[in-house]
Amino acid sequence: MGRYIARRLLIAIPTLVGASILIFAMVYALPGDPIRALAGDRPISPAVVQVLTDRFHLDDPLFVQYWEYLKGLLSGDLGTDFRGRPVLDTIERTLPVTIRLTIVAVIFEAVIGLIAGVLAGIRRNGYFDNLVLVSTTVIVSIPILVLAFLAQLLFGLKLGWFPIAGTRDGWYSYVLPGLVLASGSLAYVARLTRTSIAENMRADYVRTAKAKGLPPSRVILRHTLRNSLIPVVTFIGADIGALLGGAIVTETVFNLPGIGRELFDSIKAQEGAVVVGIVTLMVFFFIFFNLIVDVLYAVLDPRIRYD
Amino acid sequence: MTDQQQRDLLHDEVEAGTTTGLASPSVDVTSARQNSLWSDAWGSLRRNVLFWIGAVLTVLFAVMAVFPQLFARGQDPRACDLANSKALPSAEHWFGYDVQGCDYMANVVYGARNSLIIGIVAVLVVLVLGVLVGALAGYFGGWTDGILSRLTDVFYALPLILGALVLLRVGPSTSIPIINTRGPGAVALALALFGWMTAMRLVRSQVIAVKSSDYVAAARAMGASNTRILVRHIMPNAVAPVLVYTTITIGVLIAAEATLTYLGVGLQRPAISWGLQIAAGQDSIRTAPHLVLFPSIVLTLTVMAFIMMGDALRDALDPRQRA
Repeated sequence: MGRYIARRLLIAIPTLVGASILIFAMVYALPGDPIRALAGDRPISPAVVQVLTDRFHLDDPLFVQYWEYLKGLLSGDLGTDFRGRPVLDTIERTLPVTIRLTIVAVIFEAVIGLIAGVLAGIRRNGYFDNLVLVSTTVIVSIPILVLAFLAQLLFGLKLGWFPIAGTRDGWYSYVLPGLVLASGSLAYVARLTRTSIAENMRADYVRTAKAKGLPPSRVILRHTLRNSLIPVVTFIGADIGALLGGAIVTETVFNLPGIGRELFDSIKAQEGAVVVGIVTLMVFFFIFFNLIVDVLYAVLDPRIRYD
Repeated sequence: MTDQQQRDLLHDEVEAGTTTGLASPSVDVTSARQNSLWSDAWGSLRRNVLFWIGAVLTVLFAVMAVFPQLFARGQDPRACDLANSKALPSAEHWFGYDVQGCDYMANVVYGARNSLIIGIVAVLVVLVLGVLVGALAGYFGGWTDGILSRLTDVFYALPLILGALVLLRVGPSTSIPIINTRGPGAVALALALFGWMTAMRLVRSQVIAVKSSDYVAAARAMGASNTRILVRHIMPNAVAPVLVYTTITIGVLIAAEATLTYLGVGLQRPAISWGLQIAAGQDSIRTAPHLVLFPSIVLTLTVMAFIMMGDALRDALDPRQRA
């Protein structure tokens, strides 16, 4: 087990470095003048340009720039944006919003997805099963962008149940964006649970449990559900990593000041250091949660051994 | 190996019952005795309602992309009168008018072309990249596989929208052809560059699974070259899962294009695109919700058409699900 984790970590590091080089190269190596963009239409003195160019190593070759960046990264310094604010401060300011959004989304995903999946799975081809199949197809097909506007129109403007922008109402303002962000994964969890339950309902140990005369609720909750949960739990775990990096659209439409919207604003303003910092963090989350899930798999399913 | 030899080989496989069940569609010696995978699949597709809904919608939007005039009810999308700005839908103008006072139905209808072109071109590039990298990694294994798989991991860790967003933002200021145009080609290429990884993994695992099968060993024993084994024996077997993946991915990429365009890095005015219409309508969502609603509905129906067909194809092509 320990050796497996060590090997996975060794594979994860080059992936992380590779992804950050990729994004770094796109942001920095391609021509374009961030200093000019910063100045906008106003004139800017050559001395200022020179100082900024030196400070951000803009004249050095790409790998020198990346090496400088990596040195800073290892000592906990993510650099500063062109206005002199540390990138780390920006992340500390925006990350809590994204974390709250992700928590709300995961709760929706787990609760609604699981319930729908279980109800569909125990009576395969029944009325509820078909309802779940059709509605998940529809939900998966609605782009997040469209879903966000539909939710705003229906629950925000028509019914007035939820705020449609900002974070003024505390956790309550995360409900609508959280539901929108969760929708795709929610449908997937429902289908995964359905398939998993339906397969296990035919398993020998479930037939045994029924033959022993256990009440149906106990057969489903204690015997079927427990074993069916393994793929679902691992999917939700991996999805946390993806949700933390997938909120650009949701945060932009609902005007939530999280890392997704910060990243989008920084891409527009060509704030290279912020873009690279946030994307590296997102990739780190993605890899980290995938690693956790792989380990979790072994803990939950004793048939899997990694040595 | 001559064609005759290969036909004999396949014939023997069928007699001995050693095929993987996915007989090569290029030489169909099985048709006389048993149904092929494809005729079985067609049989089950024909009875699937969702497949027909998806297929009808796809044909509808394809015709709309080629001949938008047929659906625009005689209106020119660029003939606008500011007096009609944001007018609500009426019997004459089903979708109302947009902010500029242009007939909205004509605009929405003309938007189909860009969406479909980008979706299809992007998926073709995804297939070329995915099949090429996946087949090389799966077939040669060893360090080739190691390097290509790590490269795939790196791209996989970056979300599709994010990678394409950054590339399209810096694209216009570079000298890279296509990427610097801000046109449909740039969007399609950016989507493909950050969306080929699943196709690669799919092809790679298919190739590894087929590589160790008896009929490939037999072909190799008869002196077939690497290229021939890849093209004649391994590729045909990967067709079914890749087809399912392709169909669904067209829908996913069309949604991604609308998102990128909405975020301001995709297609630019005066191009007609659903993403641009949603972005423009967003500001008047309180007074004229139809401006967001109609392009959203049509976009969703297009994405849904491909996803429904892909779902149905997967069910039909997976023999294990058939009782």
